Amino acid sequence: MATATLPPLTKKDFQTDQEIRWCPGCGDYAILSAVQAIFPELGIPKEKFVVISGIGCSSRFPYYVNTFGFHTIHGRAPAVATGLKIARPDLEVWVATGDGDSLSIGGNHTIHMLRRNVGLKVLLFNNRIYGLTKGQFSPTSEIGKKTKSTPFGTADRPFNPLSLAIGAEATFVARSVDVFQTHLKDTLRKVAAHKGSAYLEILQNCNIFNDGAWETLTEKDARSEKVVQLEHGKPLIFGKNRDKGIRLNGLELEVVQLGNGITESDLLVHDEHDPRPTYAFMLAHMEQRPGFPTPIGVLRSWGEVPRYEDVINGQIKDVQARRGKGDLAKLLRAGDTWEVKA
Amino acid sequence: MSTTLARPPQRKREVIEKAVIRFCGDSGDGMQITGSQFTNTVALYGNDLATLPDFPAEIRAPAGTLPGVSGFQVHFSSSDVFTPGDVVDVLVAMNPAALKMNIADLKTNGILVVNLDDFGEQDLRKAQMTVNPLEDHSLDGYRLFAVELTKLTRAALKDLGLDAKSMDRSKNFFALGMCYWLYNRSMDTSLRFIEDKFKNKPALVQANRLAMQAGYSYCEATEAFQISYEIPPAKLKPGTYRNISGNAALAMGFVAASQKAGIPLFLGSYPITPASDILHELSAYKDFGVITFQAEDEIAAITSAIGAAYGGALGLTTTSGPGMALKTEALGLAVAVELPLVICDIQRGGPSTGLPTKTEQADLLQALFGRNSEAPIPVLAPATPGDCFWIAMEASRIAIKYMVPVIILSDGYLANGAEPWPVPNIEDLPEIPVHFETNPVDFRPYRRNPETLARPWAVPGTAGLEHRIGGLEKQDVTGNVNYEPLNHERMIRLRAEKVAAVVQDIPDVVPAGDPSGDLLIVSWGSTHGPVTAALNAQRGKGHTIGHVHLRYLNPLPKNLGEVLGRYDKVLVPEMNMGQLVMVLRAKYLVDARGYNKIQGKPFKVSELERKIEEMLVDASS
Repeated sequence: MATATLPPLTKKDFQTDQEIRWCPGCGDYAILSAVQAIFPELGIPKEKFVVISGIGCSSRFPYYVNTFGFHTIHGRAPAVATGLKIARPDLEVWVATGDGDSLSIGGNHTIHMLRRNVGLKVLLFNNRIYGLTKGQFSPTSEIGKKTKSTPFGTADRPFNPLSLAIGAEATFVARSVDVFQTHLKDTLRKVAAHKGSAYLEILQNCNIFNDGAWETLTEKDARSEKVVQLEHGKPLIFGKNRDKGIRLNGLELEVVQLGNGITESDLLVHDEHDPRPTYAFMLAHMEQRPGFPTPIGVLRSWGEVPRYEDVINGQIKDVQARRGKGDLAKLLRAGDTWEVKA
Repeated sequence: MSTTLARPPQRKREVIEKAVIRFCGDSGDGMQITGSQFTNTVALYGNDLATLPDFPAEIRAPAGTLPGVSGFQVHFSSSDVFTPGDVVDVLVAMNPAALKMNIADLKTNGILVVNLDDFGEQDLRKAQMTVNPLEDHSLDGYRLFAVELTKLTRAALKDLGLDAKSMDRSKNFFALGMCYWLYNRSMDTSLRFIEDKFKNKPALVQANRLAMQAGYSYCEATEAFQISYEIPPAKLKPGTYRNISGNAALAMGFVAASQKAGIPLFLGSYPITPASDILHELSAYKDFGVITFQAEDEIAAITSAIGAAYGGALGLTTTSGPGMALKTEALGLAVAVELPLVICDIQRGGPSTGLPTKTEQADLLQALFGRNSEAPIPVLAPATPGDCFWIAMEASRIAIKYMVPVIILSDGYLANGAEPWPVPNIEDLPEIPVHFETNPVDFRPYRRNPETLARPWAVPGTAGLEHRIGGLEKQDVTGNVNYEPLNHERMIRLRAEKVAAVVQDIPDVVPAGDPSGDLLIVSWGSTHGPVTAALNAQRGKGHTIGHVHLRYLNPLPKNLGEVLGRYDKVLVPEMNMGQLVMVLRAKYLVDARGYNKIQGKPFKVSELERKIEEMLVDASS
């Protein structure tokens, strides 16, 4: 076979000749670089990749990845991708979207894609602002935020994208950060490995309209204090000196200081495979409470749910196995017919 | 039957050419089943026919009320049938509300069968009637048969051990049995249907069979009807026939297109009246590899179909007016990315939610122009229920050949109406060649076929063809994002030229009737039937009249302008405020006149005849 002799793919194979039109310093560059770095590792032929997007800065993504790419319309990428994935389950379909695209205009498609568990990998670039329309608030902007369209502050309570995804029965929910390159690539590999819908929120900086959106997490000193990195099978520990942990107190999570009789064995051990959404939901909500860190990593990875496209195509195979392939001449003459003689 | 009954006296049997029967009753009375059973029976017998199901949008309005009335009309004949009929020969009315809503259409001296058991004071009140029409001589102009349908049905089913409510559900079959006797038809087809439909509920098989036989025997045994009728088979062209509705024909047409093209059919759809039956039909054709996706909304329905088309499937989405409005932006995307896609708009009364179950053809301008910017799309319209099959294949062929979305405008009347359909031979179906690009050498996603201006269909998974498409303006040939002024104008013109080029591929119009003269009638869509019937009735009366029926609305056939010029006057009857007539006047500078009916109902032949006469009188004066 000719393919056996082809040289392995490299990051360069996934770069296009198109001039990248994101603002200098945009977090999207880091995400693009991480994706281009992990695609060649997946052992999938380049032509099998398809990147589909909606509208917004993030949705220019397909133009810069040298695979098949489809820049669709605002909010509809999951629906276009669903149609493609059902028709072509052999393809590796990734969706690039933003907080406005996925959670505002495309909210409906997002939740329905997740509940169906279509085998799509969704990268949510969350910068908590509308960038391409120049600075209006988004559905993830913090309440009270002053923007071009809300000079006196927003009245909107924001979505927590991961809570939403878990609520929509997503089988894979994760979070990473544009500037945490190692963690981002690691998480992208896990996204790639998941069979059903994988929803990855990437905290991303818009240095023009919402600079420092995630500064409290990404600043060097803040990083270890404000972020807890989730690792399957390991206790929830964070802090510069790895001296803080999270444990369960009744039905509540609680931040505790290690020492004074509290040991690692008292802490919650992360189980990303828990089939019940309760635990993942608690994790997703943690950051909204004072004193709690923001979790990054895989909150939930539940591999037992069949993929939508497999069920749909399985039904077709079953029917064809039982009835044989359809015969058009028979179909046209199905039911009651009569002959008119000459 | 009891042997003690005296043999009924020999009664008169008259051979007639045609009849129109309307079954009407409450939404829960099973009038649609009754009507379609009668239809199947007369179809199998060999009559030509046309049907008009007419039902409310509410599933079950309060029983016995005016809004709950549902009807099914069938016109069957030994000669050609073009419409469901203007007036009714036999009206079966199951309750006072149905009588009130339908009596105006019964012809003088027509047969009126009512369920006597449902004309109590309370029943009359529900129908907002103060006097009993069975007693006030208001029905004297008809041959009234007030039959105790409920009591007789219960008597027939008394040994089955069913409760009264279940027994009463079979009274529509009693009425059906009566009509079979009246028109000398065998009950065999309906007996087979009953056995199949209720095969898991033996009690219902028994109940419906006994009720139908009881209705038939009632007519046989009593002297209610002194006459019965015989309508011989029609002289249709030789061949194998089946009865078919427009929606079923569309569904089969798309299966045929998928088979001839050798690519899978993908339907993305969101349930909407009156289009949902296409989704139902296609979801059953899994043995043909048909993929049906019931999407979360109308937008996902079309965008998923675009995604499937991008992957190399025959993409299809089906909807009605309100859903069409929601798909608008995605239609523009399909125009820009130049992928094959078929969109079926089964038109209904509007605007907004409008009249969900009633027919209209007011989405023409929406189909032609209803998108932002310049976004031309070929538009086709079937003429009859059976033509829906051919239009589905033709739309698919054009979509694939020209890499373009194609809109089909059907309507509620075609969708639910039925007619005998000559089943085509597989070898007579048009070929639909598909070419997927595979050659990576010097591949350009927007390099066009010089003849059709179609771009290549380069599906994901093909090595060496990796490329990006999208809704942003593209550079000619390369398909890269491009905002240059002259490139934009070139691309706008190329997309328009491509759609215009379809004209080379469609037949010229040939007028029916006179090839030139006093009056040309131009019609499109479901008005084909009544216009044809009106034309036939008006010819040979001293005027020269022609008829052009358009199946292609964009582009229009290339000789249409010349044909329009051959007649002194042009009449365009439409079930809208004058949409095609606006297009014809604008495009051909012809003084075409509209004739418009916007009542959720098809034209009556008599209405069209009057209009034709009016135009011709003006011509002579």
